[in-house]
Amino acid sequence: MKTEAKLLLGLGTFFGLMCAVYWNWSLEDAGGVMMFCGMLLCFIPGSYYWWWSRHMKPRAEDDPNATQAQGAGFIATFPGTSIWPFTLGMGAFFVVLALVFGIWFLIPGLFLVAWALFGGTAEGRRGGKH
Amino acid sequence: MTDLLDPPVQLPPVHEEVHGHDHEEHHGPTGILKWLTTTDHKIIGLSYTVTSVIMLIIGGIFAEIIRAQLATPNGSLVSLAQYNELFTMHGSVMIYLFAGPFAFGALANIMVPIQIGAPDMAYPRLNALSYWLYLTGAITMLSGFFTAGGAANFGWVAYAPLSNSVNTPGTGADLWIGGLLLTGFSAIFTGVNLCATIFYLRAPGMTMFRMPIFTWNMLVTAILILLAFPVLTAGLIMLYCDRHFGTHIFSVQGGGVPVLWQHIFWFWGHPEVYILALPFFGMATEILAVFSRKPVFGYKGMVFATLTIAALSLGVWAHHMFTTGVVLLPFFSIMSLLIAVPTGIKIFNWIGTMWRGEIWFSTAMLMAIGFVVTFLIGGLTGIYLASPPLDFFTHDTYFVVAHFHSVVMALVLAAMGGLYYWGPKITGYLLNERIGKLQFWFLFIGTQVFTFPQYALGLDGMPRRVAVYPHDPQWKWLNDWSTFGAILIGISTVLFVVNVAVSWKKYPAGDNPWDAQTLEWFTTSPPPHHNFYRLPPIRSERPTWDYNHPEHRSIEHGTDHEVPLEKEPIS
Repeated sequence: MKTEAKLLLGLGTFFGLMCAVYWNWSLEDAGGVMMFCGMLLCFIPGSYYWWWSRHMKPRAEDDPNATQAQGAGFIATFPGTSIWPFTLGMGAFFVVLALVFGIWFLIPGLFLVAWALFGGTAEGRRGGKH
Repeated sequence: MTDLLDPPVQLPPVHEEVHGHDHEEHHGPTGILKWLTTTDHKIIGLSYTVTSVIMLIIGGIFAEIIRAQLATPNGSLVSLAQYNELFTMHGSVMIYLFAGPFAFGALANIMVPIQIGAPDMAYPRLNALSYWLYLTGAITMLSGFFTAGGAANFGWVAYAPLSNSVNTPGTGADLWIGGLLLTGFSAIFTGVNLCATIFYLRAPGMTMFRMPIFTWNMLVTAILILLAFPVLTAGLIMLYCDRHFGTHIFSVQGGGVPVLWQHIFWFWGHPEVYILALPFFGMATEILAVFSRKPVFGYKGMVFATLTIAALSLGVWAHHMFTTGVVLLPFFSIMSLLIAVPTGIKIFNWIGTMWRGEIWFSTAMLMAIGFVVTFLIGGLTGIYLASPPLDFFTHDTYFVVAHFHSVVMALVLAAMGGLYYWGPKITGYLLNERIGKLQFWFLFIGTQVFTFPQYALGLDGMPRRVAVYPHDPQWKWLNDWSTFGAILIGISTVLFVVNVAVSWKKYPAGDNPWDAQTLEWFTTSPPPHHNFYRLPPIRSERPTWDYNHPEHRSIEHGTDHEVPLEKEPIS
C-alpha cells in the first residue's frame, strides 16, 4: 500500500509546485484552477492510501516473499453475467439523444437508467446471478 | 530462492458466486445474450478490440478520401463542406474512437488483470458499462453523417467561436458533443477500473515494482485519464450550454472568453496525447524485451520516466496555443522541452533492451522496432514545435500534421505489434507471419512516404485543413508522394484483415508461443474464466520466465543476473 500512496502523493506534490509557479507567474486563472484540482485529485486518494498503509498489515501483494498459498481464499464476489450495464448504457444513450433530438427522448432514457439502477443494486445485494 | 524450483501452487477458487459455480466451465448465456450480459473482462476487451479496429478502418477510409482529394491542386472528389466534415471526423474517429479505446479498452482490459494475476477487473459491471457507453458514443458521433446538415465540421478541436450555434448550426455538431460525452464517461470508468484493479487485485508477491511495464504504463495512463477527461466533459457541457441555453462562456459578445475553450480543451488534450502514447510505449517495451530474450533494460528508469512524463504532461497544454498570444511562452516551452528527457530515457532503454540480445525478428518485433524509429522521428520534430519561434513559423501548417502523424503512426505500428504479440493469447491462434511481415513493410515504408513530404510542405507554408491549393501547384508532387504513402498504409490495413481471414483458427498457439516473460503467458490461451488455474511464485518482474528457465532466473528486477555456469578447468 505504501508504494501506491507515495506514487499519488508524489504526483500531487509535483502538480502543487507546478501550479504555484504557473499561477504566480502567468496570473491566468483557468489553468491554475485546473492544476490545483489535479493536485487535489492526487492528494485525496493518496492520503487515504497513506493512512491505510500505516494502519494495516502489509498485504500479500506488498510482500516480496509471499507465496501463492497466502493469496488463497475469498477475494470478492464477481457477478457472472449481468444485463444491467447494457440497460444503463442504453439509458445513457437515449439521454444523450435527448440533448440532440428533443426532450421526449428523456422518457425512455430516464426510465432505462432508473430501471438499471434499481436492478443493478438489487443484483449487487444478491451477489450476482449466474 | 529455492521456491522458484517448486511446482506452482494449485489455486483454490478465489471468488464466490451465489448460485455455485464450476471453475472449469463457465455456464451462462450463449450467443448474442452472452455478448449483451457478459462481465468477463476478456470478452469485453475483445468487443473493444473489434469495435476499435473497425473505427481504425472507418477513420482510415476518411484519410484515404482526404489524400485522394489533395492529390491534385483543384481536387473535386468532395465538396469543400464535405472535406471539412471528413477531416473533422477523421481526427475525431482516430483520437476518440480508435487510439484511446484500443489502448485502454481493448488490450489493457484484457491484459492488465492477467499480467498481475487477477481473476477479473475490480468492477466487472462498470467495465461492461464502459463498453456500452463507448459503442453508443461511437454510433452517436458517426450518425452525424446521416443528418441533413452532415457531420461535425469544426475540426476535431471544436474551437470557439467556430463551434457555436451561429457558425456551426445543425445536429451533426450536437451529435459530436453527445458522442464525446458518452465516450468520455466510458474512458473515466475504465480509468477508475484500471486503478482499482492494479491497486487491489495483484497476486501475492506481485509488488508494485514487479509489475510488467505495460501494467505500469496503464496505471499511469489511468491516473492521467482521471485527471484529464473530467475537464473535457465539463468543457463539452459548457459548449452545449453556449449552443442551446444562451450562456456566453466562450463568446465575446456576452462577456465570455473564447480562448477559455482552448485552455479547457488542451488541458484535456495534451495529457490525452500521453494517454494515447503511454499504453503503446508499454506494448513496445514488452515486445522488445521478449523478442530480445532479455529483461527490460533499466526497469526502474522506465517506470520513473513514465511517471515523469505523466507529471509534466499536466503543465504543457498551452504549447498548442503559442500563437494565441495570451499564454506564458517560457513556462510552456520549458515544460514541453523537459518532456524530451524522460522520452529520451525510454528510447535509450529500448535500445538497451535490444543491445546484445538474441533478437528474433518476428512480426511483433518488427512492428516494435518500426515504432521506435517512427516515434523518434515524431518526437524529435515535436522538440522543434516546443520552441515558440519555430512554432510561430510552422503553426497550422503541414509540418504540425506531419509531426503528429509520425507520432500516431508509430502508435499504430505498436498497436499492430500488440495484436500480433497478444493475439495468440486472446484467441489461442497465431497470425500468419509471412503476411504479417509484408504488412509491416507496407505500413512502415508507407508511414515514412506519407509523412516526409508533409514536413517539406509544411516548411513551404502549406496550411492545414485546406481542400484545394490552386495558387500553389508546385505542392502537387509532394502531395502525390504523401497520397502514395497513404495508399501503402491502406494496403497494409487490407493485408491485416486478409491475415486475420487467412489465419482464422489455423495455427494453434499453445500457452507460450514466444517463450515470454510475464504472467499472462503462464495461463492457457485463451485464458479460462477468471484467468488462472495455478500461479507460479512471483519473485521478479518476469515470473513466467523464471519458472521456465530456472537456470537464467532473475534475482533482482532490472538486472539480468544470469547465473554463470562453472566451467570445467582445462587440463
